Amino acid sequence: MKYIKFLLVGILFGIALSKGQVVSWYRIYEMFRFDNFHMYGIIGSAVVIGVFIVQYMKRTSMKDIQGHLITFNPKNMSISRYLIGGIFFGLGWAMVGACPGPMYILIGKGFFLIFVVIAGALAGTYLYGVLRSKLPH
Amino acid sequence: MLEAVYRPWPWYVVGPLIALTMYLLLYFGKEFGVSASLRATCSAMGAGKKVKFFDFDWKKQNWNMVFIFGAIIGGFISSTFLEPSNAVDLASSTKLTLEQLGFERVGESFLPDQLFSPEFWTWKSIAYLFVGGLFVGFGARYAGGCTSGHAISGLSNLQLPSLIAVIGFFIGGLAMTYFILPFILPF
Repeated sequence: MKYIKFLLVGILFGIALSKGQVVSWYRIYEMFRFDNFHMYGIIGSAVVIGVFIVQYMKRTSMKDIQGHLITFNPKNMSISRYLIGGIFFGLGWAMVGACPGPMYILIGKGFFLIFVVIAGALAGTYLYGVLRSKLPH
Repeated sequence: MLEAVYRPWPWYVVGPLIALTMYLLLYFGKEFGVSASLRATCSAMGAGKKVKFFDFDWKKQNWNMVFIFGAIIGGFISSTFLEPSNAVDLASSTKLTLEQLGFERVGESFLPDQLFSPEFWTWKSIAYLFVGGLFVGFGARYAGGCTSGHAISGLSNLQLPSLIAVIGFFIGGLAMTYFILPFILPF
């Protein structure tokens, strides 16, 4: 039962990204061409509201549902890791027009060739695990 | 009112709903980050026996699997009940560019037929989808997060690493869109 809340939030997320057409290959292509404000409006408004949410949680020392302080784990500083990893991610994002969330949502929308993309994403994740010690971080 | 539900939702509705998703997950004691589930899936399939990176307690990501399952259901609900039209009302310049490249039925459904419609598949298009997915999976883990983890959660927390990652997302995405895709698409 404790998982039901995550199922409901997932449904909300899936509907929002689907109705906002964030899951559309065309919208991602359009975003990278700077032809439409739509995707920038979505990510931008989510981040602006997100900044207020995080600041509010930090300043009020907000507790989570189980009574634990909500904490944010800062990422280790590096440039190469985030930049090179990010560039690979961006290359793939522009090709398949879907980041990991939309990949799953597209299954629910009946686009079954997305399983090929997900298989690729799992293979890429595995590849990172294998090569990790040899990559600059 | 009901008609507005059936039309595509504007950015100022969808953006806040994504922020709400992040808020709820934080309130439930979790961090919003979809690509972490890919690592957990590799572990669940036994990758931890061979590669140390996958040797971790993947069951701690069970909530994320349930969240993703919910997202799949959300996509189904949206397609089945909330989207009478599949049309994507693209900017005319984007539509024109794709038509000039040779895409057909541009924006008439969510995804281009030439890439995602089962009738159109070729070994080339399958390889393309797999390689694209590979880059996404590899890049997300290398950068330590994807759009949800870095662009939404990380930027909301004003983390410099996430800003660098998002700049990387755009360098890669722009290079692909302008310098590579015009020469390989459509098949």
